[in-house]
Amino acid sequence: MMSRRTILGAGAGLAALSMSGARITAATAATDKRLMVIILRGAADGLSIAAPTGDPGFARARAAWSDSYASAPSLGGMFSLHPALKRVGEFYAQGDALVAHAIATNYRERSHFDAQNLLESGGLKAYERRDGFLNRALGLMPAQDFPALAIAPTLPLAMRGDNPVTSYAPTKLPDASGELVDRVRGLYSHDPQLEQMWDSAIKTRGLAGDSAGENLRGAVELGNLAARLMDNSEGARLVMVDLPGWDSHAGQELQLKKTLANLDATLGAFHDAIGPMWANTVVAVVTEFGRTVAINGTKGTDHGTASAGLLLGGAVNGGRVVSDWPGLAPSQLYEGRDLMPTGSVEAFLTGALSGHFGLDPVRTFDTMFPGRNQRAMEGLIA
Amino acid sequence: MTPTSIALNRFGLGYRQGDELPRDPKAWLRGQIAAYNPWSGELAQEDYAAEQLTSLVSNVDEFRSRRRNIGKTGAADAGKQQVEMSREGRREVKTIYTADVAVRTRVAVESDTPFMERLVHFWSNHFAVSTGKKRITNLVGIYEFGAIRPNITGNFRDLLRAASLHPAMLFYLDQFSSTGPASAAMTRSGAQQGGRGLNENLGREILELHTLGVNGGYSQADVLELAKALTGWTVQGIQQAARAAPQHNGSAFFSAIHEPGTRTIAGRSYREDGAGQALAILDDLALHPSTARHLATKLARHFAGDVPPPAMVARLEQAYNDSGGDLPTVYRAIIDSPEAWAPEPVKVRQPFEWVVGMLRAAGDQVVKDWWLARILSELGQETWAPTSPAGWDDRADSWMGPDALFRRVEAAEAIAEKTRLSDVRELADAMFPGALSSTTQASIDAAESNQMALALLMVSPEMLRR
Repeated sequence: MMSRRTILGAGAGLAALSMSGARITAATAATDKRLMVIILRGAADGLSIAAPTGDPGFARARAAWSDSYASAPSLGGMFSLHPALKRVGEFYAQGDALVAHAIATNYRERSHFDAQNLLESGGLKAYERRDGFLNRALGLMPAQDFPALAIAPTLPLAMRGDNPVTSYAPTKLPDASGELVDRVRGLYSHDPQLEQMWDSAIKTRGLAGDSAGENLRGAVELGNLAARLMDNSEGARLVMVDLPGWDSHAGQELQLKKTLANLDATLGAFHDAIGPMWANTVVAVVTEFGRTVAINGTKGTDHGTASAGLLLGGAVNGGRVVSDWPGLAPSQLYEGRDLMPTGSVEAFLTGALSGHFGLDPVRTFDTMFPGRNQRAMEGLIA
Repeated sequence: MTPTSIALNRFGLGYRQGDELPRDPKAWLRGQIAAYNPWSGELAQEDYAAEQLTSLVSNVDEFRSRRRNIGKTGAADAGKQQVEMSREGRREVKTIYTADVAVRTRVAVESDTPFMERLVHFWSNHFAVSTGKKRITNLVGIYEFGAIRPNITGNFRDLLRAASLHPAMLFYLDQFSSTGPASAAMTRSGAQQGGRGLNENLGREILELHTLGVNGGYSQADVLELAKALTGWTVQGIQQAARAAPQHNGSAFFSAIHEPGTRTIAGRSYREDGAGQALAILDDLALHPSTARHLATKLARHFAGDVPPPAMVARLEQAYNDSGGDLPTVYRAIIDSPEAWAPEPVKVRQPFEWVVGMLRAAGDQVVKDWWLARILSELGQETWAPTSPAGWDDRADSWMGPDALFRRVEAAEAIAEKTRLSDVRELADAMFPGALSSTTQASIDAAESNQMALALLMVSPEMLRR
């Protein structure tokens, strides 16, 4: 396991070089494709991620923060990318990233917990379903063996359900002795639930190799870890990552500068480490809802409605902002305070998934988010 | 599980080495309500008075302004000085935090009233604050010790006041600087100033999390009204509140930033009364039927299973409403609920209670403060650091997964190695009286050492659930 990691480290740089410019288009089996879903927990401000600097309403409402965007990379049209998203900007410039803007889930209240529950369960009401949209999506996959994994100590709701999935997070605890590990198996011989979890833990540990000393908080390590869990032939096809820390009620400018830089570092490290497989990879980044357009009294923003999503990877039909832009004039806001949703997070996610794996967009939507009579966004994947 | 094993493990925090087993499990639990001492163990020697709290607050405040001023000097190495200061500051604050985590853990490990300790942890999580807000890292311990512990055997109203208006909470949910749009401070300065204005964070979470619950029947307008009533509530010891009037427990009320006028919440109106306006609203929220339902549901979930039995929820709700929010009455109703005595395990032990249970059973061991804090963080439950104001989730799905299980095994071995034991087989019988499975028994019997046997016992199905 150690030697595999060493080889990888040496190869990643070369692989990244060969990637620039031409997209690798060699025919690959459907099962060679990879998907990573990142949920930004706490309601990330889409108006900061991809700022509509060309909208006079933005200049008015966010004047106090306009310095941040003075030298920000333009996304074409009226949008500018947050300057902390350097690598994302590079991906965008080479056509490997797109922004979906003014999107929201079908949730229209302002509770984090209900909103996350609704997004992850894919139900029509919060707490209505106990399984998650990503777990249900596994049932649609073309390959029978479709390993799926959450980088977290326990499974997030989006991944829970009937289809087999597992979770993994690096640990700094001393390794358990082989002796104890062997005996624990016997201890669970009459407890099917624990027995199954234990077998799964042992299997995942083997695959992830020795990653003691690494930590989820190290954004670069997280990107490397995700790549390592996905980049070999038995690696995970679907990985979910949770990133908390987006609830910016006060001092938002500084907070987002840090959290976005972390996100950027994770995505950049992932790109570099996964090498040629980037061409077959899609990373979707979404959040539970957006934030108010106006800055509040504590230099932050409060819970809002529509936000933005990101789609990255060699397979993405990128270099553009996908949006039916509603505008930011007072009369154009949702309830007079939030960015009006004109697109759907669910359609965005199902569009990424169905496009990437070649699934039927209607059936994909019905499975992941049943009972809505909507369809997946098309054309997100090249 | 037998009733004795349920009392020890589901209601309490696990068997404490050397103890007699309770003869009458229900009487043993009831007796703890009266016997509970908020200042037990090491807490008796500590100073958790408001002055101590205020000095912790002002230390951080002064530290921050000193650091800012270095930046203004224009000195060539100002940046380097600031970095060095920050490192030093973090170290100091971390020392306080680590010591507090250890005090919390040891008080629970040594407690004679483990049912009540469990309730301390329950309420502390209900009114969660988090070191995710760096500024309160040195306050989270004193918050639980000073605001939660002394108030869990009174009326919920007093617990609500003490927790929701404590400096740690006022910082955590951005209340301390929230300024009424029509307050004297705003009117005087003429126009909107940067960094000043209304923040609705605490108002929302009081309604959604602390009292009525998310489906408790409040509206966005209620959130705004409560946020306005709360303006003025701030913290003693910060420069911007220098002229504020001191209140209980280190908080303060600054009338210059309070939004004047009558407020209407849930159809009731509250006249202008300065600091008293928010208190009057909190008192009514405490008695609201939705609050009774919300608290009853969470308590039933904690003692009778992830899906709270409706009959038990109704019983606790009634106990709450009939007694006007008297918490001991509700605790007795929990003890008297047959659903809480279901023989099959109904809950997964969360990392903190699992570590506490292990230390209670293991007896003599040498565990350092920093090691305790770290192991809890490695197990996914860093003390006083939940990632949201909703606190830690109280359902099995959040705590049981392949990776979480593997960590428990690693931690069990690490703790077992620090323990000196005589006979683990005897200990196992005392920990799970009449409830030890033959598989666990056989695994322990076959272990090659007491350390190995203890590690196995700690990750046995009996110990992982309650």
